[in-house]
Amino acid sequence: MSNQPIVEVRNVHKSFKAVQAVRGIDLRIEPGEYVAILGPNGAGKTTLVEMIEGIQQPDTGEIFIEGKTWKGNEKYLRHLIGLSLQETHFIDKLSVWETLRLFASFFEIGKERCEEVLGLIELDEKRKAWMVNLSGGQRQRLALGIALLNKPKLLLLDEPTTGLDPNARREIWGILLKLKEQSNTSLILTTHYMEEAEQLCDSIVIIDHGKILKQGTITGLLGEIQDLPVKPVETRKITLDDLFISLTGRHLND
Amino acid sequence: MIERISNSQLYHLILANVRELIREPGVLFWGIIFPILMSLGLGVAFTKKKDVITNIAVIGQNHLVQNPGDSATLLHSFFVATRARAGRDHQGNLTRTLLVPDDKLGSTTFIFHAMVWKEAMVMLKRGNLNIVLDEKNGMVQYHLDPMNPDAQLSYLKLSGMLNRSAPVVPEANAEIKPLTVSGTRYIDFLVPGLIAMGVMMSCMWGVSYAIIERRSKKLLRRMVATPMKRSNFLIALITVRVLMNFVEAGLLFLFAWLAFNITIQGNVAALFTLFIAGNFAFAGLAIFISAHTAKTEVGNGLINALSMPMMVLSGVFFSYHNFPEWSIPVIQKFPLTMMADGIRSIMIEGAGFAETALPIAILGTTGLVFFVAGMKIFRWH
Repeated sequence: MSNQPIVEVRNVHKSFKAVQAVRGIDLRIEPGEYVAILGPNGAGKTTLVEMIEGIQQPDTGEIFIEGKTWKGNEKYLRHLIGLSLQETHFIDKLSVWETLRLFASFFEIGKERCEEVLGLIELDEKRKAWMVNLSGGQRQRLALGIALLNKPKLLLLDEPTTGLDPNARREIWGILLKLKEQSNTSLILTTHYMEEAEQLCDSIVIIDHGKILKQGTITGLLGEIQDLPVKPVETRKITLDDLFISLTGRHLND
Repeated sequence: MIERISNSQLYHLILANVRELIREPGVLFWGIIFPILMSLGLGVAFTKKKDVITNIAVIGQNHLVQNPGDSATLLHSFFVATRARAGRDHQGNLTRTLLVPDDKLGSTTFIFHAMVWKEAMVMLKRGNLNIVLDEKNGMVQYHLDPMNPDAQLSYLKLSGMLNRSAPVVPEANAEIKPLTVSGTRYIDFLVPGLIAMGVMMSCMWGVSYAIIERRSKKLLRRMVATPMKRSNFLIALITVRVLMNFVEAGLLFLFAWLAFNITIQGNVAALFTLFIAGNFAFAGLAIFISAHTAKTEVGNGLINALSMPMMVLSGVFFSYHNFPEWSIPVIQKFPLTMMADGIRSIMIEGAGFAETALPIAILGTTGLVFFVAGMKIFRWH
């Protein structure tokens, strides 16, 4: 039981009409592990995360969360997962506190945990502010706080810092790094930012055209870059960006 | 127990919807104040008959004022006989003004403007007048659009006067008795229609649009990623909207009672049941049309496509019996028609459960069918 992964994806395929979004992905994520899924737009990373999240069904293959499939276990698995999307607009004229209480009620969680989360995301001073009056960074912090309300075993973050300024981005990173120290929550992070993946994650999965191109630890992947056909020409520190370009011939934001 | 309720998801969903509703000033205006203003405006306009000014073009100045040597005309003789006051309008045209006093139907002031054809046509096109008089070979000619009820009325009044060379007055052996008893006035017709229309609009925009907007903003997807019961989300949305509809209808009725002495002549319990059934029907339709799309523009179109025809055809403001005979059985099957007719029959005609059982059943079934169909195709993300 102790070596059971929190997420196990086995040879999953998913198509939308003629488009093959995911083509035979295998993935294993251990408890407490932070994993970044990198890929350009249309690579299949959102479809993969949606299948892990249980809102899309794979055409073939299987997905296990803590050893259970979604079929017949949805109620149980929803309690294990926390989710934050790139951009969620909560109800404009609800306050921060009211929004937290609303989502807490879905998990039958009381006020005490809401207070804890409010402290964790450092929005105590804004508890009475309406959503419409929050900055982009504050809204994303609240979205993250809502994802953490149920103390999830698996946290899914879909581009949580896209569009945020560097300060707001670092505030989100700070919360996630603190969470890593204090809990055994696993993280699946999709992002366009290499720096984000490098700062937060233990391992990286690079996908394109619905397939995994590379996966491993950052150090291991950077070590492999010397063996790739296209090498960075500049004599500077090699980054994940270089690896990505070497593998796909494109930038991550393309 | 209190803690259990305060942590319940349905309670928090209802609370969130209530807060959202009462914090939106537009809801207060469009949901409560606007229907009251509309009933006030239309009620006053159609309850108290205003004095009317009717402008009429007369082709040729000689009919209004005769110079020495002019041959006598029928129209000129009429103006002389009725002592129509001579003058000029603001464009300098000769005029004759004739006041026909009537304390029951409202007085009418006829202003006859002497002008040429071209000018008369321009005035007709602008809607400044609806009838043109001319005289040829000793015959008065009336030029008017026979499909225009105002023009018809002007013609009837004018021809009556011209035939007698005197203003039309009620027959000596006849008397006009204005109906002012409750239930026979326009306002009695209007208020039930406004109540029914309020329910429709509130459900269409309050339920449909809210769902589509939350889907488009990914809030639905975020919510269903939690253990939230999906039924609770919809129950909360509909419950709050129905409660709001009760408040809106109650305030509109209260205003109509205070301002126009409108009363409920029939069974209040039947009215309550019909109101619930109407809400259910429109909530079901609202769920159905918002079941799939995530685009608010498409949502706008769908809501308008469903509500506008009913608003025009269902007899909210004027009786649908003015429409062609073949269309009436169709119109009577619209949910808005059923609800408005049902409320009218209870409020005005004193109907009870026996008379409204059928519309209640049909509205309830409509709601159920569309709710179930909507849930079958509902997209949560």
